[in-house]
Amino acid sequence: MKAEILDKLQVLAESAKYDVSCASSGTTRKSTPGSIGSTSGWGICHSFTEDGRCVSLLKIMLTNNCIYDCAYCINRRTNDLKRATFSVSELVELTIEFYRRNYIEGLFLSSGVVNNPDYTMERMVRVVKDLRTIHRFNGYIHMKSIPGASQQLVHEAGLYSDRLSVNIEIANEQNLKMLAPEKDHESVYKPMLYIQQGVLQNAEDRHKFPSTPRFAPAGQSTQMIIGASNESDKQILNTSVALYNRPSMKRVYYSGYIPVNAYDNRLPALKQAPLVRENRLYQADWLLRFYEFKVDEIVDDRFPDLDLEIDPKLAWALRHPEQFPIDINKADYNMILRIPGIGVKSAKLVVASRRFTRLTSYDLKKMGIVMKKAQYFITCNELTSSTISNTSPEYIRKLLTSKKTPKGKDNQNQLMLQFD
Amino acid sequence: MIVFHYDKTLEGLMSALYDAYNRKTFPDSLLAFNEQEPLFVTESHIVITDNLNSARVWKGLEKKLHANTLNMLTCVWLSELAGSDELIFRYAKKVFDSKHSIEMNFADVDVLQMKKTAQKVNHERHRLIEFVRFQKAADDIYFAPVSPDHNCLALTINHFKDRFRDQKWIIYDTRRNYGFYYDLKKVSEMTLDSTDLFPEGKLDEKLMAEDEKIFQDLWRGYFKAITIKERINPKLHRQHLPQRYWKYLTEKQ
Repeated sequence: MKAEILDKLQVLAESAKYDVSCASSGTTRKSTPGSIGSTSGWGICHSFTEDGRCVSLLKIMLTNNCIYDCAYCINRRTNDLKRATFSVSELVELTIEFYRRNYIEGLFLSSGVVNNPDYTMERMVRVVKDLRTIHRFNGYIHMKSIPGASQQLVHEAGLYSDRLSVNIEIANEQNLKMLAPEKDHESVYKPMLYIQQGVLQNAEDRHKFPSTPRFAPAGQSTQMIIGASNESDKQILNTSVALYNRPSMKRVYYSGYIPVNAYDNRLPALKQAPLVRENRLYQADWLLRFYEFKVDEIVDDRFPDLDLEIDPKLAWALRHPEQFPIDINKADYNMILRIPGIGVKSAKLVVASRRFTRLTSYDLKKMGIVMKKAQYFITCNELTSSTISNTSPEYIRKLLTSKKTPKGKDNQNQLMLQFD
Repeated sequence: MIVFHYDKTLEGLMSALYDAYNRKTFPDSLLAFNEQEPLFVTESHIVITDNLNSARVWKGLEKKLHANTLNMLTCVWLSELAGSDELIFRYAKKVFDSKHSIEMNFADVDVLQMKKTAQKVNHERHRLIEFVRFQKAADDIYFAPVSPDHNCLALTINHFKDRFRDQKWIIYDTRRNYGFYYDLKKVSEMTLDSTDLFPEGKLDEKLMAEDEKIFQDLWRGYFKAITIKERINPKLHRQHLPQRYWKYLTEKQ
């Protein structure tokens, strides 16, 4: 029995691992007598895989059998792959036992599509329902909603899960149809809309009757694959913004395409997943969510793709030398946020402490500001040397992107003169 | 140079503050009773821990500080870092001497250092919550050894008590040799006479519950399967999961 379960667990984890989302945030729930578990609003990672991603939930598929044939997916029906299916009781036991040993925060349940979306969704709902009602599991549950599932099933799933998600996968519908002939954007946006309606309806109901059970309290999230088709970053980020503008959408994940089906010639031939691009997209995402940037400030028609060499905030600063230098001791919080090298935390420190004293570059450095970048964009309580306003953006860019020669390697007899 | 000797407890530190204001001399260095004094000591004072005095100082701090800042102060004390007592002393003196609140003045070295140290302790507390691994013993007690750098086990107890309220558990700090035991009703502090029962953090197999080994294997198998080989990044891995925690992590054994 044990060897069989271990086998299934490995097969189904392998199949589920390409979904990047693993957050356990968004709900704070204390435990109640007779139940196990609690959730903490900030999410808890319990381990980290060797690729550096957080393991917070038991990310697993109910089955990796699938009737679809999506080009980017490892579980497509034409792949010769070991297939497995968990029974409801096996999965429930695994979740509870892992949870009791503090291995996980909860369950992230996904599934390949068997027979039809509703059939699959029904079986997934049965797992979470059993967990919540029979075993009184009070931890975190994230459930994938199968594209094309009916509103009733999505609604039931929302009653037992903390977060629901439907993956867009490809931002451009044409490309999605090319890579996944059985899918279209409607089948994705519909369940998204169901979730949104459920959340809004629930908020209204709870306003009238606070005892109403919560519906997907941690909202929904989605994922886009980067680099499997030819979308520009502008298209991707605009899609993200449109999604974030909807109520209940908490996170958009970007997943650098890993060439799992290299034989399919609809897909680009990649040696390595576009990890840098993925990183830049996340940085841009952060600028949108926490740094009060507008999407057309990050990417526009002139620069439809993000600069891979420098981060998007620095890229914005270099395109807008007229905004700098910014006086640390006087500028508004939202302007300080825009200085490269200053994050949300240090911006708050700056604003709090400049009421007591005029800040110098020494203070800034101690607070954790990356002066290597920030020095060219600020003035503080001392003479500044070269800022972006009295040199040129190109020069600053060169300074910040030039590779450092390792110690001892540079020729010390040679006098270096740098011209802009 | 003025030095104070005290008993290296928080109450002792508060008494030292009381004594300093009482004597109107402020120490440059705080030492334990038996610690060697540095050269050129002009004045040496031995602080006798007095609960009344220390309570009075603490009350004074409560009056001047926000509750969060007081928590921060406790965290700095629990950090057990060298010099953290002197840091608290300097900070408290600044708090008492200033008419206005200095809590937000992060341009001040001590205020910033307090914040940073407290953050370190808080971070470690969070990591404890993440990386505790329970092993189920035959008598249905879930056991987890830990060895945090800072003495922050007590800060995590409320979390575990809430989360695992229907199972008995022990979390044991092997470095400081004390732990907490939850018996389904209340949490109590405990000390084991010997740590032979769990050499290197592994519960002896005879003491393990029947299915414990199975679930450990399953978890290890899962952990291996969930890694994306194309993206392996050992540096990032160690950054998130520092090596000092590995010895008690089931998946890293």
